[in-house]
Amino acid sequence: MTLSPMETAAAKTPDSMAKRIRGLSNRTIAWIFVAPTIFLLLAVNIFPLIWTIRLSFTNFRVNRPNNDVEWVGLRNYERILNDPDVWNTMQATAHFLIWTITLQVLIGFALAYLINKKFKGNDMWTTIIVFPMMLSPAVVGNFWTFLYQPQIGLFNYVVAFFTGADPASFSMIGDVHLAPWAIVIADTWMWTPFVMLICLAGLRSIPDSIYEAAECDRASKWRQFWTITIPMALPFLMLAVLFRGIENFKMFDLVVQLTGGGPGNTTTLTSIDLKREAFEKWRTGYSSAYAVILFVTVFGLASIYVKALNKVKER
Amino acid sequence: MSFSVTEPTKGTKWFAGILVIGYACITLVPLLWIVATGFKSPADSIAYPPVVVFEPTLEGYVNLFTDRTRATPDMIEAAGPAETWYDQIARERGTVISGPSRYGERFLNSVIIGFGSTFLCMVLGTMAAYAFSRFKVPLKDDLLFFILSTRMMPPIAVAIPIFLMFRNLGLNDTHLGMILLYTAVNLSLSVWLLKGFIDEIPIEYEEAALIDGYTRFQAFYKVVLPQAATGIASTAIFCLIFAWNEYAFAVLLTSGTAQTAPPFIPTIIGTSGKDWPAVAAGATIFLVPVMVFTILLRKHLLRGITFGAVRK
Repeated sequence: MTLSPMETAAAKTPDSMAKRIRGLSNRTIAWIFVAPTIFLLLAVNIFPLIWTIRLSFTNFRVNRPNNDVEWVGLRNYERILNDPDVWNTMQATAHFLIWTITLQVLIGFALAYLINKKFKGNDMWTTIIVFPMMLSPAVVGNFWTFLYQPQIGLFNYVVAFFTGADPASFSMIGDVHLAPWAIVIADTWMWTPFVMLICLAGLRSIPDSIYEAAECDRASKWRQFWTITIPMALPFLMLAVLFRGIENFKMFDLVVQLTGGGPGNTTTLTSIDLKREAFEKWRTGYSSAYAVILFVTVFGLASIYVKALNKVKER
Repeated sequence: MSFSVTEPTKGTKWFAGILVIGYACITLVPLLWIVATGFKSPADSIAYPPVVVFEPTLEGYVNLFTDRTRATPDMIEAAGPAETWYDQIARERGTVISGPSRYGERFLNSVIIGFGSTFLCMVLGTMAAYAFSRFKVPLKDDLLFFILSTRMMPPIAVAIPIFLMFRNLGLNDTHLGMILLYTAVNLSLSVWLLKGFIDEIPIEYEEAALIDGYTRFQAFYKVVLPQAATGIASTAIFCLIFAWNEYAFAVLLTSGTAQTAPPFIPTIIGTSGKDWPAVAAGATIFLVPVMVFTILLRKHLLRGITFGAVRK
């Protein structure tokens, strides 16, 4: 490697002089530039996290600040893991996660595959399809309750129109069997474009030459799809699943506005349950332990998944 | 055009186009329904079967921006003729306007907190991203991963201590508190995205500037910033949209002075039951700016939503 003119010049200049010419040293500038960000993140993310971990070993309650705070060791953790309600919540979350991800991957990939056929105006339609995911989930979720109204709601009307059922005979958010699907439908409507965009990038990253070679070898379209398209797009698909998984594990705004966790506890996802414990029942110590368990779960699952993702990428 | 085996046939294109456009139309229905409901009268909004053709009215918007009290016909008579068109609309429903509603304030809060946090986030984010892109920062990969991992925490989980911390500092329900909070949440996105954009600017430009006698700082804001302008702008829009849409922190940490629109809109109720046209009007005003931004962003959308992991 040859030195650039600047480097040759710099090599000839004494250090102190170089410093005067270029101002502060690179290391100092780097720290000045990075420090505010790190500081703010420490203050607003790490400090609260450490505080949460500390509180999780106590019986502290925010609404009773004058009570003695006692160390209770692992009792909060024990109680959470033995609480059947928490496991119901986990089940509701699992149902929500599995179905939203399955539907979004299937529909999102299919859409991306079709858009990749490069019909006229595909860019414009892609942008239109993306609209729902950019909007405020709380505001949109609130409006979906209107679409789901028994009698007057548009959703019920459309379902009734196609199935012939009475539009007043079922309530998507009031029925214990339908409510878990109501949130899956709304979330799928909102986030399918996300999976679609990532899949589209994956499909566009496959070079034409591979298909041309396959065509020369007389591989059928069906075979090309399974041996070229799917394996090459897989890392992208997995990335989309990772993002959706983390986001939906944290899901709060859309569902809390849609069903509020009801009816009963059928749509009480973990974040909603956590919010009740922390900000309605004010069991601060208990909910802190709950938060720690959730965080460890997301972080653990995500790291295992990322390892798998990297393996797929290397192939 | 040369023949290519990978170019889809005309029939395939038609078929794909029809399916995608069909999906787009279905997916647009709820959004169009929000906009349409905003212009319906309360009776039309809950009509069965749902009405598609209706006489548009601004009643929803009037109800959104005003507080009204019920009045008997005599009282309305005694008050004399309506002075403004919105007075007229309220009186036709047997109510008189008693003052502006809270929606204006809440919307303004969203604007202040959204733009304030975006500005702060861009200043801090650009600096950090530049340092990560150009200098050897010790533990660089660890720091970058740490910055990203802050996004994995459920907002409710960190909300408990933030609530306590803000209460001690007097930041609960203040604009400053929310601006700092959203800045911190958005920093991960902005640092990762901006690092990607700055990585793409050839380092030779700065070297040339340094030879010309610029200091590092001068090279940063006279060479790098203008080059990264598009990237900075699209990152800013992403941060703005996030702060604009955020609900969990807003609903837990604000209740009055600093409450933003997302927790407020669902609480809008009319004089008798839920006033859906007013809710829809509030939602329309709140959502349409984001749709415009989405169109502006379309080239960088993918990058933004994947934290720069996928760049096309």
